Amino acid sequence: MKVVIMGCSRSGARVASSLDHNGHDVTVIDTNPAAFLRLTNEFAGNTIIGTGIDEDVLRSADIERADAFIAITNSDNRNIMAAQVAQRIFRVPEVIARIYDPVREDTYRRLGITTVCPTTMVSAQIMDYVIGTIDPLRQRNTREG
Amino acid sequence: MYIIVVGGGKVGYYLTKTLLNEGHEVLLIERDLAKVDVYSERFGSVVVSGDGAEASVLAAAGAARADVCIAVTGDDEDNLVVCQMAKQKFHVGRTIARVNNPKNEHLFKLLGVDVTVSQTNHILNLIEQAIPERAFVHLLSLKHAGITIIEATIPEDAAIVGKSIENIQFPVDCVIAAILRGPEVIVPSGATTIVPGDEVIAVTHHDQEDELRRLLVNA
Repeated sequence: MKVVIMGCSRSGARVASSLDHNGHDVTVIDTNPAAFLRLTNEFAGNTIIGTGIDEDVLRSADIERADAFIAITNSDNRNIMAAQVAQRIFRVPEVIARIYDPVREDTYRRLGITTVCPTTMVSAQIMDYVIGTIDPLRQRNTREG
Repeated sequence: MYIIVVGGGKVGYYLTKTLLNEGHEVLLIERDLAKVDVYSERFGSVVVSGDGAEASVLAAAGAARADVCIAVTGDDEDNLVVCQMAKQKFHVGRTIARVNNPKNEHLFKLLGVDVTVSQTNHILNLIEQAIPERAFVHLLSLKHAGITIIEATIPEDAAIVGKSIENIQFPVDCVIAAILRGPEVIVPSGATTIVPGDEVIAVTHHDQEDELRRLLVNA
């Protein structure tokens, strides 16, 4: 599978390295060349310096042949815009965007983008831990009482 | 009209000032608190701090009753998302985005922004018009109608020199509006003959512009 990733953030680099390790054809785009240092030493994919909201940069990443596009920079709006470029201009079959703001995430999910919202995921997991620890405690207390 | 302006740079500042002077109800949303303080002193309580792409900020700004939302920050991605949020969540009737990269004009239209304004394109056009040797110049683009008005200076070797308008095969959707010949302005008829040096003003559909260029200036 050919995957284009915009944003060599911690998560971006991790996804890129894993996909590459699993034998996929990966291209990573980032405005900051130092960000590519986050990739593993074994990473054999391509890196492109530039911004993924520029159609020409996406074209140089060969996005026209991509099976998936992942927008995972630290800017919600940049991810949203790039995802829509990939979806509407280049017709990439699978487009995924990281969006921190839950309201924006909901809005763009309705517009057909696959969205990942770290804010809701992290808070849900923390809630699970909190409720998971409180409930057994309560049960224990009830039993003891 | 109630108008929300997002982005308090130079454009946002003068836009807010002008709209207020014209008697509109205006609210300016700006991220930088220092700017909000300065503008509030000048404009009164029509400036709020916040991220204009954030739904809660737009809601507090009364986006639901806004007639127009204008996004003029220096970042295209922010302007796009502000307009889309205003439209999707608050059903603002008219959204206007400043486009910094001219290539994004088409994209913004495709993604539902009602009007785009590209400073870069405007400046390029003005400069283009100011350079005298240019044979083929954009005068005006009417985006919503898909129409462009151009001016072409006919070179000596153009294939259409010596021909009358009725005998020239113009692309479809092209009309010659006027011919400037020295001090004279000619409203052309079918019998008007083209001579070298004529400045032809034509109205054309965007799609036919290249074809018209080849015909008029051999380029």
